Amino acid sequence: MFDFFLGHYSYWLTILLICLGLYAIMMKKNLVKKTIGLTIFQASVVLYWVSIASKWDATVTVLDPNIPVSDPANYLNPLPHTLMLTAIVVGVATLGVAFALLISIWNRYKTLDEQELIDKIQ
Amino acid sequence: MIESHLPAYIPLTFLVFSVLIPLFAIWKKELSQPLALIGSGIAAFLSVFGFISRLNENPLRYFFGGWEPPIGIEFVYDGLSAFFVMVINVVAFFVIMHSARLSLRELAGKRMAFYSLAMLMMLGLNGMVLTGDLFNLFVFLEIASLAGYALIAIGSRPASFAAFRYLIIGTVGGSLYLLGVGFLYTVTGTLNIIDMSPMLPAVATDPAVITALVLMIVGIGIKAALFPMHGWLPDSYTYTNSISSSLIAPIGTKVAAYVLIRIMLYLFGIDLIDAVVPMSKIVGVLACAGILYGSIMAIAQSDLKRMLAYSSISQIGYIIMGFSLANPLGFAGAILHVLNHAIMKACLFLISGNLMMQEGHTDISRFDHSFRNKYRWSMASFSVAAISMIGLPPLAGFFSKWYLALGTIQNDNWLFLGVILVSSLLNAVYFFRVLEKVYMKDPEAEAPDESEVIPSNEVKPSMLFPTVVFAVALVVIGIFNVAIVTAIMNMFPGGL
Repeated sequence: MFDFFLGHYSYWLTILLICLGLYAIMMKKNLVKKTIGLTIFQASVVLYWVSIASKWDATVTVLDPNIPVSDPANYLNPLPHTLMLTAIVVGVATLGVAFALLISIWNRYKTLDEQELIDKIQ
Repeated sequence: MIESHLPAYIPLTFLVFSVLIPLFAIWKKELSQPLALIGSGIAAFLSVFGFISRLNENPLRYFFGGWEPPIGIEFVYDGLSAFFVMVINVVAFFVIMHSARLSLRELAGKRMAFYSLAMLMMLGLNGMVLTGDLFNLFVFLEIASLAGYALIAIGSRPASFAAFRYLIIGTVGGSLYLLGVGFLYTVTGTLNIIDMSPMLPAVATDPAVITALVLMIVGIGIKAALFPMHGWLPDSYTYTNSISSSLIAPIGTKVAAYVLIRIMLYLFGIDLIDAVVPMSKIVGVLACAGILYGSIMAIAQSDLKRMLAYSSISQIGYIIMGFSLANPLGFAGAILHVLNHAIMKACLFLISGNLMMQEGHTDISRFDHSFRNKYRWSMASFSVAAISMIGLPPLAGFFSKWYLALGTIQNDNWLFLGVILVSSLLNAVYFFRVLEKVYMKDPEAEAPDESEVIPSNEVKPSMLFPTVVFAVALVVIGIFNVAIVTAIMNMFPGGL
C-alpha cells in the first residue's frame, strides 16, 4: 500500500496541481490570480506527460554503443518530452496573450477584480 | 502534382499571407485587406477544387517530410475533411470581401493586425480539420484559439474582458483535451487517429480510455459551446467588432464540432463510445438542452448580435445532436446543417455589420419599418436567412432539420424530435420579432405621408454583394439539396 503511494508520487503531485489550478481559476476574483491558476493547471498537464515517459534505470535517448537498443527498457521514451516542448511554448504564448488582455482591461477599467468589472460593464 | 500536395497547400497559403500582410504594411498599410482577400480567395479556390476532385475517391493521406505514420504526422484529406475545409474557406472569403469598408470604420489603426491574425486563425482551423494526429490537432487548436482571443479583443470597451474570460475557459478546455490525449497515449502508445482506432476495442473498458473520452469531449465541448460549457460565447460575439463576429461565429464552433465527430465516430466508433457509459446519449441530451436554452435566451435579447450569438448556441446543438444519434440520417442532417448554418449565420452577421455601418447600432428596439425602404436588399436577405433558420421549405434550413427529424424517428427518440419541433417554433418567435418591426406597420403610428419617400440608405455594393450571395446560396442549396446529400452519403464513418 505504501509502495503504491510512494511509487506514483509524481501522479499524486499532478492531481494536487490540477485541483489547485482549477480552484484558483474558479474561485479567485482577481484576474491575475486566475492567470496564475491557469499556468499551474497547464503545468500539471505537462508534468503528467513528462512522468509517463520516465523509467527506472533507463538512460537518455542518445544511442550508446554499450547499451543495446534491443531492450526498450534501457532507454527513455523521448516522444512525450518533445511533445511537451511544444505544449510549453503554447502555454507561454497563451500567457503572453493573457497579460496583453489584462493590460488592456486595466487601461480601460482601472481594476482587475472580476466582480467590479461585471458591475462596471452592466 | 498539385492534387497530391493540396492538403498542405491550403493551410500553407494562410500561413504565407499572415506573414506577407505585416511585411507589405511597412510599405503600404492599405494593402492588408486586398492581400487577405487574395489569400483567402486562393485557399477557397483550392478547397473547392479539392472537394470536387475528392468526390468518390479514396482518402488522400499526406505524410509530412515523407515519414509514414505512426512515426510521422499526416493530413487526412477525405470526403468529410474536404467538405469542412471548403465550407470554412468559402465563408471566410466572402466575409473578408465584405469587410473592406467596414474595417475602415470598426478597426481603424488595427487593420494590419486584424487581417494577419484572421489568416492565422484560418490556418489553425484548416489544420484542425485536416490533421490526422491527435497532438497536432492540439497545436492547431491552440493556434486558432490564440488568434481568436486576439480577434475578439478588438472591439468595443468590454471586448478585452470578454476575450480574457474566453481565454481562461478556452485554455482549460485545450489542457483537458491534452490530458485526455495523454491518457490514450499511455494505453495505446500512438497518437495517429487511424493507427489508434483499431487498438481501442481491446481496451474499451479500461478506466483510462473512458476518462480520456470524457476529458476530450469536455475539452472540445468548451470550444464548440456545447450546452453547459457555452458561457464564453454570448459576451465574446456581442462585444467584439462586426467583422470578427461574422468571421468566427459561422466557422469557429463548427470546426470544434467536426473534432467531436472525428473523436466520437472515427476514433472510438459507434460501438465503443457507448461501451461503458452511454456517451452518445449524454452528448445528445446536452445538445438538446443547448438547443432549447439558446432559443429561449435569444428571445430575451434586445441586441441583434447578442440574439444571433444565443442562436448560435442553439444551432451548434442541432449539429452535435445529429451525429450523436449515430445513424445515417442524423449524420447527413448534421453535416448538411454545418453547411446551412455556416451560410445562414454568416449572412445574418453580415447584415448586422451592414446595420452597424449605416446606423451605428444593432438594437432591435430601434428598428422600424423605414428599414424596409432604407435597406431593401439587406432586409430581404435577412428575411431569407431568418426563414431558413426557422426551417421553412424550400430554403436550405428546412432540409437539414428534415433529415435530423428523420434521424430521431429512426432511433425512436421522440424526446429529441420534440426538441427540434419546439425549437423551430422558438426560432420563429425571435426572428419574426425582428421581421415584424421592419415589415409590419406599427398600428399606433400615424399613417405615413404618401408623398414622403424614404430614401435608400443601402450599403455599398462591395458589402451588399457577399450578403446577397449568401442569401441566394440558401435558396440554391435548398433546391439542389439532393446533390449535396448524395455527396455526404460518401462521407459516412465505418459502421454507420
